[in-house]
Amino acid sequence: MNAIILEAKHINKRFHDPITVPVLKDISFAVAKGEFVSVVGKSGCGKSTLLYILSTMDTDYEGELLIDGEVVTNQKAVKLARIRNEKIGFVFQFHYLLNEFTVLKNVMLPGLKLNKFSEKEVEQRAFERLKMLDIELLANKKANQISGGEKQRVAIARALINDPQIIMGDEPTGNLDKKNGQLVFDIFKKLSEEFNQTLFIVTHDPSFAEGTQRIIEMEDGRIIKQ
Amino acid sequence: MNYKLIIDIAKSLLLARWKQTLVAAIGVTFSITMFITLLSFMTGLNKLLDGLILNRTPHVRLYNEAKPNKNQPVNASAAYKNYYNFISSIKADNSRQEIYNSAAILHTIQQDDRVLGFAPRLNAQVFFNEGTIDVTGMITGIDVQAEAALFHFNEYIVAGNATDLKNVASSIILGKSLAEKLLVNIGDVVQVTTAKGERFSLKVVGYFQSGIRDFDKTQSYASIATAQKLEGQPGTYITDIQVKLKDIAIAPSVAKEYSQLFGVEAEDIQTANSQFETGTFIRNLISYAVGIVLLIVAGFGIYNILNMMIYEKMDSIAILKATGFSGSDVNRIFLMIALSIGFVGGMTGLFFGFILSSIIDHIPFNTTALPTVKTYPVNYNPVFYFIGSSFSLITTYFAGFFPARKASKVDPVIIIRGK
Repeated sequence: MNAIILEAKHINKRFHDPITVPVLKDISFAVAKGEFVSVVGKSGCGKSTLLYILSTMDTDYEGELLIDGEVVTNQKAVKLARIRNEKIGFVFQFHYLLNEFTVLKNVMLPGLKLNKFSEKEVEQRAFERLKMLDIELLANKKANQISGGEKQRVAIARALINDPQIIMGDEPTGNLDKKNGQLVFDIFKKLSEEFNQTLFIVTHDPSFAEGTQRIIEMEDGRIIKQ
Repeated sequence: MNYKLIIDIAKSLLLARWKQTLVAAIGVTFSITMFITLLSFMTGLNKLLDGLILNRTPHVRLYNEAKPNKNQPVNASAAYKNYYNFISSIKADNSRQEIYNSAAILHTIQQDDRVLGFAPRLNAQVFFNEGTIDVTGMITGIDVQAEAALFHFNEYIVAGNATDLKNVASSIILGKSLAEKLLVNIGDVVQVTTAKGERFSLKVVGYFQSGIRDFDKTQSYASIATAQKLEGQPGTYITDIQVKLKDIAIAPSVAKEYSQLFGVEAEDIQTANSQFETGTFIRNLISYAVGIVLLIVAGFGIYNILNMMIYEKMDSIAILKATGFSGSDVNRIFLMIALSIGFVGGMTGLFFGFILSSIIDHIPFNTTALPTVKTYPVNYNPVFYFIGSSFSLITTYFAGFFPARKASKVDPVIIIRGK
């Protein structure tokens, strides 16, 4: 058994507006290093809500969350930002690249924020990751000059820049056509198999989920199968 | 803290919206330019106007005034000692205009460390005879050298030479308006009749123009010796002593002291010209108020532009936060944006303010009232530049403060889920 990267213990979450509605009910599970996990479920079952709690961006919940053996529940915002920066890589449904910057700079930004390597080294590492995803030729283009599929690959490169413990994805293929969706899935597969990268992906797409090692199925705020 | 990265991001956000940035910076530039120009010009004018009076006004003036004796006989009477006595229609006693024992007083003033210099004067009422018409006038006997050194006398001589007053016997410098009225040129002789009825001929050696027309219509200057001759008085007779102090602020206390010491009337500059100080203060206040209002308006411009930028860049802010930038990082980025607009706008404003005030400084400004002034007066005080630059930074900081705080509180979850 590999080390546990992500562990959720009895997580409950309620929305209070306009009336109190429980959205997550007693969620407990663990993700070990190197696992490729997908979360499936119908719209509104709480899978995105769960993801944002796991990503430390949503702090309004009950229960306990551990990332890389460290309790992150009730930590200070600055500390959480640091954890997101260092240990979590994000891929969203929309790419969320900064249009003001080049592709390379977009990938570099979290690395520069981490400030572990010099700017030269961060640039080198960013370039390596672009190369791995076959988009090194785009490095000096502005983020708004490239296609949707390319943007999503740049977003993956950005997620990888700080060698995160886990990559979290919120329907990363949801906004892509079949070909690009397949491409992104292949990248995740490759990361999982060749680099033993832990992945935790929320998806709607059954064919995507089938390709993963482990499927967590949710319904009405509960995990019904994992 | 990784400031290089924050500056880098701030710069990119600024340049991505360079037109808006430019408009915001121009707002600051404009207000700082106007602030500097307005203050330089206003205080320049203030100095000029104050100088018009204050340069010529002694800090302490010693003189004798004809007034009733304080010790009236009824007060000395034992019978009315416990009464309060009202006496009407008291006449001044025959006190003279002369300052008694003037030589000793001048000597004492000369020994005083606080005194920069002094100039004795002697006022004589005369009539200038122009054919059958008599024009009333005043001849002031002066010590030309002392007047020139202390009260800028030379600056007001528009024709002729002030020192001729001393070198040419029985000479006179006429006010320009008076000379025009009497139709005399330099070198001509004017006839004067003194208050005692004696006639003298005086040679005109120059004109002066004070800038105050009514004054120039009646006033003229002669040497002390000439004036003493007109009055038929000996060489120690003077009616005024004008004292200039090293520190103008102590004038009231010195005036009081001299008044008691010498038994004469003493008037200080603050009492004599209090309206100028008030005027200067009000004008400065207005200039500062207008300048600061301009800056505050520019501040609102920056506030608006930053607010818009934050709404536009909501996604970017959210993703920065999602990838590990903390709220305070985002806060710093937007403050940096605001401050750089303020800094660049402010510095350019200082530059243009300097240019504009030096242009004003070169605009011809000829007025008969001010013979020595050829261009508009401008005061290049570095203090204005200091205030301008610090104010541009302070207002832009506050303009950026609330938008930056708003940006730092953006919840990435709401933005990212909202799509």
